[in-house]
Amino acid sequence: MNPAVRKWLPPFFALAALVAPFTGLLPPYWITLFNYIGLSSLVALGLVLLTGVGGMTSFGQAAFVGFGAYTSAVLTLDYGVSPWLTLPVSLLVTALGALLIGALTVRLSGHYLPLGTIAWGIALFYVFGNSSTLGAHDGLSGVPPLRIGTHALIDPREYFVVVWIAVVMMIIATRNLLDSRIGRAIRALRRGAVAAESFGVNAPRAKLIVFVYSAVLAGLAGWLYAHFQRSVSPGAFGVNTGIEYLIMAVIGGAGRIYGAILGAAAVTILKDQLQNILPWIIGSTGNYETIVFGAILVLVLETAPQGLWPLIAGPASPPRLPRAADSALPQRPKPAPGTALLQVSAARKTFGGLIAVNDVSFEVAAGEILGLIGPNGAGKSTTFDLLTCVQPLTGGTIVFCDHLLAGDNPQDVARRGISRTFQHVHLAPDMSVIENVALGAHLRGSAGTLRAFAHLERGEDAALLANAKRQLERVGLGEQALMLAGSLSLGQLRLVEIARALCLDPLLLLLDEPAAGLRVGEKKELARLLRELRAEGMSVLLVEHDMDFVMSLADRLVVLDFGQKIAQGEPRAVRNDPRVLEAYLGGVA
Amino acid sequence: MDSTIVLFLVQDAVINGAIYALVAIALVLVFAVTRVILVPQGEFVAFAGLTVAALEAGRVPPTLWLLVALGFLAAISSIVWHWREMNGTRFLKVIASTIMVPLILIAVTKFIAPLKLGLAANTILTLLLVVPMGPLIYRIAFEPLAEASVLVLLIASFGVYLSLVGLGLAFFGPEGVRTAALSDASFTAGALIITGQSVAVIVVTLVLLAGLALFFGLTLTGKALRACASNRLGARLVGIPTSVAGQVAFGMAALIGAVSGILITPITAIYYDSGFLIGLKGFVAAIVGGLASYTITALAALGVGLVESFSSFWWSTYKEVLVFTIILPVLVWRSLRSSHLEDEE
Repeated sequence: MNPAVRKWLPPFFALAALVAPFTGLLPPYWITLFNYIGLSSLVALGLVLLTGVGGMTSFGQAAFVGFGAYTSAVLTLDYGVSPWLTLPVSLLVTALGALLIGALTVRLSGHYLPLGTIAWGIALFYVFGNSSTLGAHDGLSGVPPLRIGTHALIDPREYFVVVWIAVVMMIIATRNLLDSRIGRAIRALRRGAVAAESFGVNAPRAKLIVFVYSAVLAGLAGWLYAHFQRSVSPGAFGVNTGIEYLIMAVIGGAGRIYGAILGAAAVTILKDQLQNILPWIIGSTGNYETIVFGAILVLVLETAPQGLWPLIAGPASPPRLPRAADSALPQRPKPAPGTALLQVSAARKTFGGLIAVNDVSFEVAAGEILGLIGPNGAGKSTTFDLLTCVQPLTGGTIVFCDHLLAGDNPQDVARRGISRTFQHVHLAPDMSVIENVALGAHLRGSAGTLRAFAHLERGEDAALLANAKRQLERVGLGEQALMLAGSLSLGQLRLVEIARALCLDPLLLLLDEPAAGLRVGEKKELARLLRELRAEGMSVLLVEHDMDFVMSLADRLVVLDFGQKIAQGEPRAVRNDPRVLEAYLGGVA
Repeated sequence: MDSTIVLFLVQDAVINGAIYALVAIALVLVFAVTRVILVPQGEFVAFAGLTVAALEAGRVPPTLWLLVALGFLAAISSIVWHWREMNGTRFLKVIASTIMVPLILIAVTKFIAPLKLGLAANTILTLLLVVPMGPLIYRIAFEPLAEASVLVLLIASFGVYLSLVGLGLAFFGPEGVRTAALSDASFTAGALIITGQSVAVIVVTLVLLAGLALFFGLTLTGKALRACASNRLGARLVGIPTSVAGQVAFGMAALIGAVSGILITPITAIYYDSGFLIGLKGFVAAIVGGLASYTITALAALGVGLVESFSSFWWSTYKEVLVFTIILPVLVWRSLRSSHLEDEE
């Protein structure tokens, strides 16, 4: 699609949606149908974020619609509160409910989470249906309509405008959120939290934010539903409806914002039309629409497993690169070269009976490249995990910048200025390279979720992205910034990880086999970059199997074998150490 | 509440638990091999029950037409998705496995059904009619989606479920059925009356579980399925056809479901849509077992049976709620124990 067309398409459709009901082109029946599509779109939009982006499958969204609807119905009917005033209350009640349920549920991992959502979905449905304040199974009727002045918004055409303004606003807010520091963190979480956490992302908190936000969208739909339908009954908030919302999000294209609207429209119209058309074709009334609906669902997924929206619109567009400079970002003061930066004393890690790291001690000075080498299984990567607090120490101490790393988590370690790369690349393949890299600068921004909704943090975000761009150029991948990370070669991905680590502005850089998969020329470039970083005062702890690379680069070496330190010192001396030769070659030649 | 009631409730729980265990183990099996959470597992149970009932009454079971319909759909699906590699032999194979088998079954059933040959014949015929549905459903809905994510497979599974329930209503009608007990014997142990039916349920369940254990431990097919479960790509590389593995898994799930259906229909009335709640409770047990361990899954199913039977005695309106809320703490506990595992799609 032409970029100019792509740019003007959303506002065009937004305007068309606002004008369409009053042109007389749409019959009232379809206007009402579109109102329901709008309401479902809001819920599906939340699920796009929760399930498609955040990777958390929920069957319970319908219950949150119930929270919003019942709150407003009770407040307007029993307490005579104006419907407009109940909007913030409805959203707040939904958010609080989601916070409580989410605090318990989002901790569930893997398949436990969907089952958990079924569980509270069913439980809440029974609460709605059995509570006498909520009208039990009959629900509440006679809910007052929304009013502007004395004019009641009862005409579906007028309500159409209300609903779709809400949808458009929420789409903008959701887009803004995804295209922000917090959004990138959320998107990175889906493929596992290890990488995001080692750059300072609080994974449970990020997940909770998505959970509450998607619930609030559902609550908003509930509030709109209550004043459109003018009655509220538990049937609309059961697990079956929850499943239907999930179907909408997946059919539309889980993870794609406009997919939510497309999915809501497809499912709503399909169900409605099947009810109209099938009795006419088959001639008898029965449950035929579920048969056909189920069959079409399977067929659509078979032809478009990624959902309908990617089929129409193609892959997601990469972010626009800001022109701003990254001078705005504060830099960490570097310690004087030669002072002790990291002291590891008698570090020990056992897994059951296996001693992976056995009382290892070493130091890293500021402005030094220390090579950590040893045969496979020597405990090098475990040592990295101990330094970054991914694994707790069994014994010994690690001191970084005069701070004892005890009881810290990976986020704290990142905050103190240690950043790392991974032996097995941890990047989000469906995000652009630059967004992956910008995750490294997560801790250097401060704007929260609310500012991200309104894009009030553009200055800061531009600085973060500009920094990411600069670090990418430093590792020689400036050209690839807008490509999807999944399309790069393994060697390039390792360089992307280094760029991401540099974005943290670290004092100590932990590199786990950075040269594996690089070509000779790329290795030379990497060596040049590491020397440059050392000259700037950064310390590097390097795990690498390419001996020529390590020997030419490292100031000192520490050699591990079976979890024990067997040698340390200058590369030349270590190379001739009999114990090292034995570990690598199986005996002195 | 005296000890007689407790014993009675426990007996009830054990019987229901046995059925949930069978459903749960079928779910675990299918998920492990194909990553599909088989929402319509309960439909096999319901369809089998309805089929036995029809045969008992000497009627031709509508299951037959359902099977023929699925056969034609599977034929179309196979031909469309394998259009490029289609040739004469392959075409005949597809037609034989999807259309010929149901047609032969029509002839057999039409001949046998009015004869009212009794329990053994009814059971065998029911299995013959219900079990082929498993592989057919796999070929229609899931084989083309083999590479899709767990979420997409789950939604497709809901699609299949919706269609099957609709078809169930269209073919079987809304009436519930109950069949004669498998055994009229009953004996007393203290204050408790133990029916032959309960003994049959437990014995058949145990035999089936033992058979599964032997199948997975001793036979090459069983080992191949386990290989598919632990690493699909690796299994393909050593020459295990994953599509066949999927069909076998679905066939076994249908078999387990059909057996559960035959066992439970004499105890509770079965309707065309009874499958969902049975399936859901089996799903609860399967999840508590982590969709992996067969032993924990069977124990969890027993637990679900106990919670259900005691809560229906004390607080029957909230029976379903209790079953589902009581699992939340279990889920939290299980997921805290496995918190260091990375979620993968």
